[in-house]
Amino acid sequence: MATFGNGRRVAIVAGVRTPFARSGTALKTISAIDLGKTCVAELIQRTSLDGRDVEALVFGTVVPSVLAPNIAREVALLPMLPKGVQAVTVSRACASANQAITDAADQIALGHVSVAIAGGAESLSNVPILHSRGFSDALVTASRAKTLGSRVKALSRIRPKDLVPITPAIAEPSTGETMGQSAEKMAKINHVSRDEQDQFALRSHRLAAAGTKDGRLTAEIAPTYVPPKYEVVIGADNGIRDDTSIDQLAALKPVFDRRYGTVTAGNSSPLTDGAAAVLLMSDERARALGYTPLGFIRSYAYAALDPGEQLLQAPVLAAPVALRRAGLSLRDIDLVEMHEAFAAQVLSNLRGFESKAWAERAGFSEPVGEVDRARLNVMGGSIAIGHPFGATGARITTTLLNELGRRGGQFGLMTVCAAGGMGFAMVVERQ
Amino acid sequence: MTSALTTDVRDGIAVVTLDVPNAPVNTFARSVRDEFTALIDRLDRDESIRAAVIRSGKADVWVAGADIEEFLGIETSSQAEALSRDGHALLDRLEKLRTPVVAAINGACLGGGLEAALACAYRIGTDTPKTVFGLPEVQLGLIPGGGGTQRLPRLVGLEAGLDMILTGRNIRARKALQMGLIHELVHPAILDEIAIERAKALADGVLARSMVGGPHGARHILLDENRIGRALVFRQARERILARTRGHYPAPLAALDVVATGYAHGTERGFREEARLFGELAVSEVSRQLVFLFFATSALKKDPGVPEPAPPPKPIQKLGILGAGFMGAGIASIAAQQGTLIRLKDADPGRVGKGLAAAREVMRERLTKKQITRQQLDDYMTLIGGTTDYSGFRNVDLVIEAVFEDLGVKQAVLRETEAVTRAEAIFASNTSTIPITQLASVSVRPQRVIGMHFFSPVPKMPLLEVIVTKETSREVTTTVVGYGKTLGKTVIVVNDAPGFFANRILAPYINEAGILLDEGVAIDAIDRALVEFGFPVGPITLIDEVGLDIAGKSGAIMLEAFGTRMAPSQSLTRVVAAGRTGRKGKKGFYRYDETGKKRGVDPSVYELLPTGQRRTEIPADEIQRRCVLAMVNEAVRCLQDGILRSSRDGDVGAVFGIGFPPFRGGPFRYVDSLGAERVVRALEGLNSDRAPRFAPAQLLIEMARGGRRFYPERGHPFPG
Repeated sequence: MATFGNGRRVAIVAGVRTPFARSGTALKTISAIDLGKTCVAELIQRTSLDGRDVEALVFGTVVPSVLAPNIAREVALLPMLPKGVQAVTVSRACASANQAITDAADQIALGHVSVAIAGGAESLSNVPILHSRGFSDALVTASRAKTLGSRVKALSRIRPKDLVPITPAIAEPSTGETMGQSAEKMAKINHVSRDEQDQFALRSHRLAAAGTKDGRLTAEIAPTYVPPKYEVVIGADNGIRDDTSIDQLAALKPVFDRRYGTVTAGNSSPLTDGAAAVLLMSDERARALGYTPLGFIRSYAYAALDPGEQLLQAPVLAAPVALRRAGLSLRDIDLVEMHEAFAAQVLSNLRGFESKAWAERAGFSEPVGEVDRARLNVMGGSIAIGHPFGATGARITTTLLNELGRRGGQFGLMTVCAAGGMGFAMVVERQ
Repeated sequence: MTSALTTDVRDGIAVVTLDVPNAPVNTFARSVRDEFTALIDRLDRDESIRAAVIRSGKADVWVAGADIEEFLGIETSSQAEALSRDGHALLDRLEKLRTPVVAAINGACLGGGLEAALACAYRIGTDTPKTVFGLPEVQLGLIPGGGGTQRLPRLVGLEAGLDMILTGRNIRARKALQMGLIHELVHPAILDEIAIERAKALADGVLARSMVGGPHGARHILLDENRIGRALVFRQARERILARTRGHYPAPLAALDVVATGYAHGTERGFREEARLFGELAVSEVSRQLVFLFFATSALKKDPGVPEPAPPPKPIQKLGILGAGFMGAGIASIAAQQGTLIRLKDADPGRVGKGLAAAREVMRERLTKKQITRQQLDDYMTLIGGTTDYSGFRNVDLVIEAVFEDLGVKQAVLRETEAVTRAEAIFASNTSTIPITQLASVSVRPQRVIGMHFFSPVPKMPLLEVIVTKETSREVTTTVVGYGKTLGKTVIVVNDAPGFFANRILAPYINEAGILLDEGVAIDAIDRALVEFGFPVGPITLIDEVGLDIAGKSGAIMLEAFGTRMAPSQSLTRVVAAGRTGRKGKKGFYRYDETGKKRGVDPSVYELLPTGQRRTEIPADEIQRRCVLAMVNEAVRCLQDGILRSSRDGDVGAVFGIGFPPFRGGPFRYVDSLGAERVVRALEGLNSDRAPRFAPAQLLIEMARGGRRFYPERGHPFPG
């Protein structure tokens, strides 16, 4: 069966990321663009890549800078890359980096390019703060005013309430529901208990702590030297708590539904700053340049459902399609990486995989099946490691391929849920 | 012969393009001056021409100045004075020409070039970094001889004019516009068009020929336009010059006098005085030595580092640096600024971070001086990738190690590096003392091992000493020499031996200073004598700066290699043994405050010295003779032993590497100016008391016997 690329295999040669840091902490002084640059610069350095071989750069970000909306182009203007590297920024919420990777892979599969860099970055410490409509209207009118009088008149229309700034919320524009409220709703619909969520969060932290301690997780991290003094060197993620306990998690108050809720800060992924990127090549070019790829893209799929329903459940629709396109079933998969936006979402997704009803919705007669927990997020996930929206997809790709290599596995499956009721799944393979 | 000037007349406007054939830059060589005279004749007579534009046909240069080669033929001061008077006459005609002339300046406008531009009716510069203005004559021991001392201060004001004339520094086009040196600043693409438009406007009288802008404001009225204000400016300038030159360089003072004369007695007297002093300086010893150094460094720029036919240097795209200390970070900072991708490795992230900070500090200084932009700083820093492992070394073209100065450590990193780099990669050691041959003995590809001895601080010191072993391949040498030039260094190639060249000649000089201490001479008396001789700092201050531990270690290596004539002084040995390390430990021969600032001699150090607090007086000239001749004698040995390829390399190395006084030209020039015979006699005189460390080098004895010199007495220092 013809898998992705129609004979032109796409290799993921290497992946690097910055450490992931809770917003407002270690990386707060670095913009998303600079996080992206740091990460890609180190990717080029580590892989001993000649920048002149790079033909395209695709980058994802969810909250772009108002002043530099095409982050990809800014990153592509790194001094070690030729100015001729064309670059595009993509946005698919939490699957933005996945979108970047599949866009780059498509370009390689089509034969348009042979070497591309894809990834994403997010700095939730540096989100743009917006003015109210009233304030903006007044400023725009004033800036267009021809006389001092009309300028003063325009500005005089500003009312005190107009001065309250607006911070972008992580809410669905269509339904007004915040991400947390959606997770809360999913926990209820799928009967995911508070304890089950807390246990899953605990597992995420424990496994991530172990992966950090033994160096498997830190291997993918480029230590970040914080300019201008470079005294602070961040070599590991700072959201992982190896000292947390089920009692501590259980003690936290639900955030989104104080009365009946089960979703807490402890069983959700935190707001995070960071960047991640992978180097993609056609198999042929990778060989010619002497690289041993981490692995290859075997298939991928995107899916979507009504955001007013179960916002983060679409991976359940994407995964069976990706598996069918790969010509594989869950039994063939050695490792599964699921993006952990919320423990409630992961557990809902897992239930969906086992559900005949969800299988039918996806157009399959049989469910994907039960995911063996020993193969799932074996070094923890976004709850512990953190979740810079635009970067996570590239982080998971690297994490999955590195671990697959360490274990000598053959196939890996990753899924990512995204705002707007969207989902992503990809099957990767080694050799 | 093709001519340098081509004139194209359209609509009454003569567009004159200056493009000296077969030359990289435009200069006012004699033939060009003759063509210029003819041009001015034509502009004067040809009724069909209403105005003119002078532009350059070179990409980077408008006019770089006089033809310095021509200076070498000058024998007498009256010849040089006549040269200047001819220039004055020519530019006077240009200034008063019937047809207004617009200088359309794209690229460097220096020396005589700027003086010619100043005589034009209108000046337009282009907004590119290549367009700079300056009067660099003082750097060659001269003063501007084409009226620059008179026209420039009147155009831009006394303070700004003096600054340019006395320092020789270049100013960028944007600054030139602010100063009123040029009338307009335009994009290079529209330069010709605008220049022609302005020429027409000047011809039509729409644009006045008088100075546009010019110095103005309260400061100008207070300082330039009254005698007391000017006297203040001149006095301050004189003080600054004396502090900087310590009386060794007459040119800036002469320039100051000429400017003052013009203000006091009018420009006509000023021009005459300018020509007279230009004439005097042109044949002065100082100028001859500085011109020699100019030619020596120019020759080195073209020297591939091996005899011709030289293999072309390979480009260095990626550089590995081992050791993120002060040297490693310094190398990283200058390499990044040339666009080289850098992998900077050290043992732990803290040290890597310190190295990155040090590299950034170098760039931040340049940012403060507006030499680079914020964006450039960010880009340069992005090119330096810190690491604690050998990842990313697979595609490095060159690795420079700047790790701890220890043979074992250096051999270990060499082996590690060879295991992770490609076979074509070059391994260079930035050692200052360890013989490269010893280091290369553990290499699997010794033909690709070489020494790159940078001087500290790397971004400021202009010299790079490249050390080749018997096995170093020619292609490796040319590549490293070429890259050193890319980094903006003056590169000399020396053969491998302990101390190479620079540190080898420094050793007997430092030792002699130490022996003077042993004999009871005061620390500050020794330093003062050698500063008076012209060194930037005295030898005792120098070793305090370098680090007494390092000086001690290097002394031991030299003793082992060369025997008792290189025996370190008891004083240094004892002070090192007492644990003093100099400035870095804030305790040496001098005292230092908490910030590391030098605070005078530390009297307590005398307790450690052989004669204790009892100090003896030795005349300064004897101190100078002993220390300097020890160094000069060793320099001649280096030439005689084949460490140096030429006396030229030795002179450049000593001046730019260890601060041998530039106005003396270098140790070999110094021997020539004294005469080999006199040097031999002086050494023998010293040796009779202190045998055998002053025994004259064999080569020196032979030269004295044959009455030979290292350089021709007249004309070009490197004939043929």
